[in-house]
Amino acid sequence: MSELNFLPLSGILVVILGFALRFNPLLVVTCAGIVTGWAVDLDFLTMLETFGEKFLNSRQLASFLLLLPVIAILERYGLQQHAKSWIASIKGATTARIMSVYFVVRECSAALGLINLAGQPQTVRPLLAPMALGAASNLHGELPKPVRDLISAHAAACDNIAVFFGEDIFIAFGAVLLMDAFLRENGITGIEPLHIGLWAIPTAIAALIVHLFRLARLEAKIRAQVALHAEQSQSDAQSPVTREELA
Amino acid sequence: MSAMRSTADVQPALLSIENIYLLIGFVVLFLVIKTLQDKHHPKRLTTALFWGLFGSVFLFGDLSLTYLGESLTYRWVGVFVILIAVLAGMGKVSMGHYDIPSEEEQTASATRIGNRLFIPAVLIPIVTVICTIVLKDIQIGGLFVFDQSHVTLAALTLACTIALLVSWKFTGGSPVQALGESRRLVDSIGWAAILPQMLAMLGGVFIVSNTGTAIQDLVTLFVSPDNRFMLVVIYCVGMALFTMVMGNAFAAFPVMTAGIAVPFLIQGHGASAAPLVAIGMYSGYCGTLMTPMAANFNIVPAALLDLKDKYQVIKVQIPTALSLLAINILLMYGVIFND
Repeated sequence: MSELNFLPLSGILVVILGFALRFNPLLVVTCAGIVTGWAVDLDFLTMLETFGEKFLNSRQLASFLLLLPVIAILERYGLQQHAKSWIASIKGATTARIMSVYFVVRECSAALGLINLAGQPQTVRPLLAPMALGAASNLHGELPKPVRDLISAHAAACDNIAVFFGEDIFIAFGAVLLMDAFLRENGITGIEPLHIGLWAIPTAIAALIVHLFRLARLEAKIRAQVALHAEQSQSDAQSPVTREELA
Repeated sequence: MSAMRSTADVQPALLSIENIYLLIGFVVLFLVIKTLQDKHHPKRLTTALFWGLFGSVFLFGDLSLTYLGESLTYRWVGVFVILIAVLAGMGKVSMGHYDIPSEEEQTASATRIGNRLFIPAVLIPIVTVICTIVLKDIQIGGLFVFDQSHVTLAALTLACTIALLVSWKFTGGSPVQALGESRRLVDSIGWAAILPQMLAMLGGVFIVSNTGTAIQDLVTLFVSPDNRFMLVVIYCVGMALFTMVMGNAFAAFPVMTAGIAVPFLIQGHGASAAPLVAIGMYSGYCGTLMTPMAANFNIVPAALLDLKDKYQVIKVQIPTALSLLAINILLMYGVIFND
């Protein structure tokens, strides 16, 4: 009974090794496919056809390319600069508050099925990141590159986490339908998509709490990093004690 | 996992999925021409070839399916995919040279145009959502406007077109200029733009090779069927790990759920299925937050935001992802058992 065949797993090993050795991911993934096919004795033409078929049938994944001309032309005419100065005119807007409001709106709208309301190319790059950066430079002046990167990365994370943990509440979302179909196929009956959606709510709330808590602490982290950087660039002869206090 | 090509109920539409792919193909073709015209590009020809191969899958894919048939089309696309991977793997694809106006010029035009700069950006989601929800089945002369099986994508395409025209009105920058400008963004994303499709392809090979069954076999080696808590831990952590490899929780879900959750938790311990699958899927999402394979979410933004460290978005997400994974495990253990 226990005839275990682990050859089909060789592709996973290639993926892990390829990433560890920092090869280009496209090459890693293609090699993983070829190795897997070879390990299970798939003939080359069948493998080529599988490659082509799946690549063709997943072309919708590249649709974000259509967004880029709009974002690019708006940026050429100063969208990012305007987002920064607009946020500067709002009193009390801090990096953490902007991201927290965005997070709540994004998660709630995703739960209502409005998943395409925002996203990395359409809102994070042109709006959220510049606004968060604008609010921080309002407080701290010119920001050093590491601090700018920290804030931008948080803006991207904010969108991802909010949408991931909101979307499964919406019962017509692909994931919920996938789970529902899976249960039916496996002969588990009496479960409605609505039940699955309801059971997504506790984790969605946990995500909200955990991430808002982290965002609340982000402000202090930015302040500390800005101070650290200012001190480092000011003079290297500062006493090491102060530096430790700030870190 | 990937969209099935259904032949039975295809209704013709103005913004049909085939037309949208053609449009993407033309956009990429335009970028290829721009790349070829870029005299200061350090890797002009190979970068153009890389995007040219990619674009031709969009330009000629559906035509080829109609005239050459499935088998031949899949083969040449397969060859192109391997060439794309080799070009990227040898480091032959790079950024070019772009005309960017100075910070002062940008600030000056920002002041001139003011809040109207926001309007096109905000229009994209609003038009998409309105079209998806309210206008999804409108027809012009008996022809559907939006592809009925890809309404969102069709609506997004229309929204981008409208936003492009509105931007033209407010900024004076024409759609052709906008396309040219987008080369800067596309090049900064680079190979990451293609990774999601490559992963769909790897998933296909895994299905043909029965990798899922092998994973189930592997996992069951570590499972002791009586320890409820460990079963929950292995299911949740397994979902996260396998999602990290595949870059997609949807690919991990059937494998891990059929391998662990159904036999051991549902049949073995009478666990409730609804919370089990809902929380299990979310455990997979925790994995999505921690993997470079989920390029659209983790690597593309790092490029778009010009981060020095390509993995910084992932690094920022890890604390939230791990906390939520732990919460998921405890929550699942707390709610799925009825006795």
